[in-house]
Amino acid sequence: MSDEVVIRVSNVSKDFVLPHEKVSSIKSAFTSLAKSKHRSLSETQHALKDINFEIKKGEFFGIVGRNGSGKSTLLKILAGIYQPNHGSVQTVGKLVPFIELGVGFNPELTGRENVYLNGAMLGFSQKEVAEMYDGIVEFAELKKFMDQKLKNYSSGMQVRLAFSMATRAKADILLVDEVLAVGDADFQRKCFEYFRNLKKNHKTVVFVTHDMSAVRQYCDRGILINDSKIMMQGSADDIAVEYARLFSEGGNQESLDVGETRWGNQKAILGKSTIMPKQSNNKKDSFSVTTAVTANEDIENLVIGFSIKNATGTGIVGTNTKLQKISTGKWHKSQTKVVQWQMPNVFADGNYSVSLAITEQDTITVCDWWEDALKFVSFEENPGPYVVSPEVICNISEA
Amino acid sequence: MWSLLRPLFLFVTLYFVFARFLKVGASIPHFPVYLLLGIVLWNYFSEVTTGSVGAIVGRGDLLRKINFPKYVIILAGSFSALINLFLNFIVIGIFMAITHVALTWSALLIIPLLAELFIFSLAVAFFLSALFVRFRDISYIWEVIMQAAFYATPILYPLSRIPHQYAKLLILNPMAQIIQDARYALVTPQTQTISQVYDGNKLIWAIPLGVSVVVVVMAVTYFRSRSKYFAEEV
Repeated sequence: MSDEVVIRVSNVSKDFVLPHEKVSSIKSAFTSLAKSKHRSLSETQHALKDINFEIKKGEFFGIVGRNGSGKSTLLKILAGIYQPNHGSVQTVGKLVPFIELGVGFNPELTGRENVYLNGAMLGFSQKEVAEMYDGIVEFAELKKFMDQKLKNYSSGMQVRLAFSMATRAKADILLVDEVLAVGDADFQRKCFEYFRNLKKNHKTVVFVTHDMSAVRQYCDRGILINDSKIMMQGSADDIAVEYARLFSEGGNQESLDVGETRWGNQKAILGKSTIMPKQSNNKKDSFSVTTAVTANEDIENLVIGFSIKNATGTGIVGTNTKLQKISTGKWHKSQTKVVQWQMPNVFADGNYSVSLAITEQDTITVCDWWEDALKFVSFEENPGPYVVSPEVICNISEA
Repeated sequence: MWSLLRPLFLFVTLYFVFARFLKVGASIPHFPVYLLLGIVLWNYFSEVTTGSVGAIVGRGDLLRKINFPKYVIILAGSFSALINLFLNFIVIGIFMAITHVALTWSALLIIPLLAELFIFSLAVAFFLSALFVRFRDISYIWEVIMQAAFYATPILYPLSRIPHQYAKLLILNPMAQIIQDARYALVTPQTQTISQVYDGNKLIWAIPLGVSVVVVVMAVTYFRSRSKYFAEEV
């Protein structure tokens, strides 16, 4: 990554005028002229207020925010589709937006014709499209269907073709808007592979999404937009945490809520908790999760557990005292016990978060649930695509 | 195919009504070709402008997703009409050969006239397409205007048949000037051009040309200032 700034957004604001009565014809322009003295006919919606950020060359930059926070508007301004009311956007290099896949696909044309059409929209000459045509068709797995009209394609086939085209785009900067939201698991895997490649080739990518695991996995940095303003700018992990906090503040949780990522009836609470080591690059390491549990009243047989999730939110390891058939015994008020679990290092390369929980003996009534209480990182020299990566010993001997 | 047949059918109809039944063009040599040329030129103008009205709005889905110079849409429509125009000119050429229209060097004047037609039509198209984004009843209004303009332009009738004071007014319309000049250049020097209507005053050409220039400047300014907001408004 270099220090060259490829996108500079300074003081960008965007307002949309929402007319209460739409003046969309000359006739109504005349009639509303007479009425306008009585009441205001429109109100202004501030879609973006004073947005400032810079994206450096080779960065994978995430833009996250709730629905209606203005992130798609921002992307459209970056793409030059909308004009900001104030401020300016400067970009260096060729920029290709994927606001949607398959822009300009015509259902009346055949798959083959659409490839050429879409290729032209992505800025390729006819000759260039012809050269990569076979590759596109193969990637989309649509060889048999290329001479059919696009309207006879299933939606999955259309998306495959569109994505296959999109991956060919030669751009310095890619703007991607939630394309991952569509498609089956297989398609999503292809998307992720493509992203991994982009990252490897040091392309600048601006990525708008709700998917925090994708943000954590791919983005280097990002911004969180809330209420049309930048709420936070920072590393992908920080953004993801802050985003999760936004939702817990939204008030979807019960009254037991004591914090953003922590809730429970507080009959017992989690105290000082640690994970050791915090980072590891040695498969021989053993991880230990330690937590102090303090009862707030006399209670019996609390169930204490933990779970470890990887960056995409997949549970990797987890257990609790009940599953392990361990009784935690009787607790007096304000008694503290320390619980420790130990396990081998089976963690594949990546970031992990540990959630801790205490429940009553029914394992349903939550005393204290602490989501993402701890974090640790596992490094591997040659990361593989698998969820876990325990030490695997290979022996070859002559038979 | 149909782009050729449509003006031909119209021509056949009008030829019988005006040239045979009403004997409008009796004073003009080669009246059928004279008529056809007028229709073809007018059709070009009509095709470009009416086609442009909904052009920007019709490409709304595209505008909202990628950023490209918006004038391309209008230009593309204009070029496809231009292809039709050239095909029609082939038909005119055939008719001219059949009816033994004598070609002179003045026929070359058709080139600057077509350029004027192209630019003027394009400018009107730019203006209409940008206006339609805002005001969706432009399509109906333009239909009415085009109908009136069709009769206000000397296409079906020779200019000499109408009262002189009206002729003086009608010929100021750039389309009327283009059509009359084209007929003068290609078909017969007996066509009344604008300077003849104004008693040989050559300077009078400045008025339709001036109108065209004003339309071009206005249309380009308006289109450029509005095109930034097309994506939001379509």
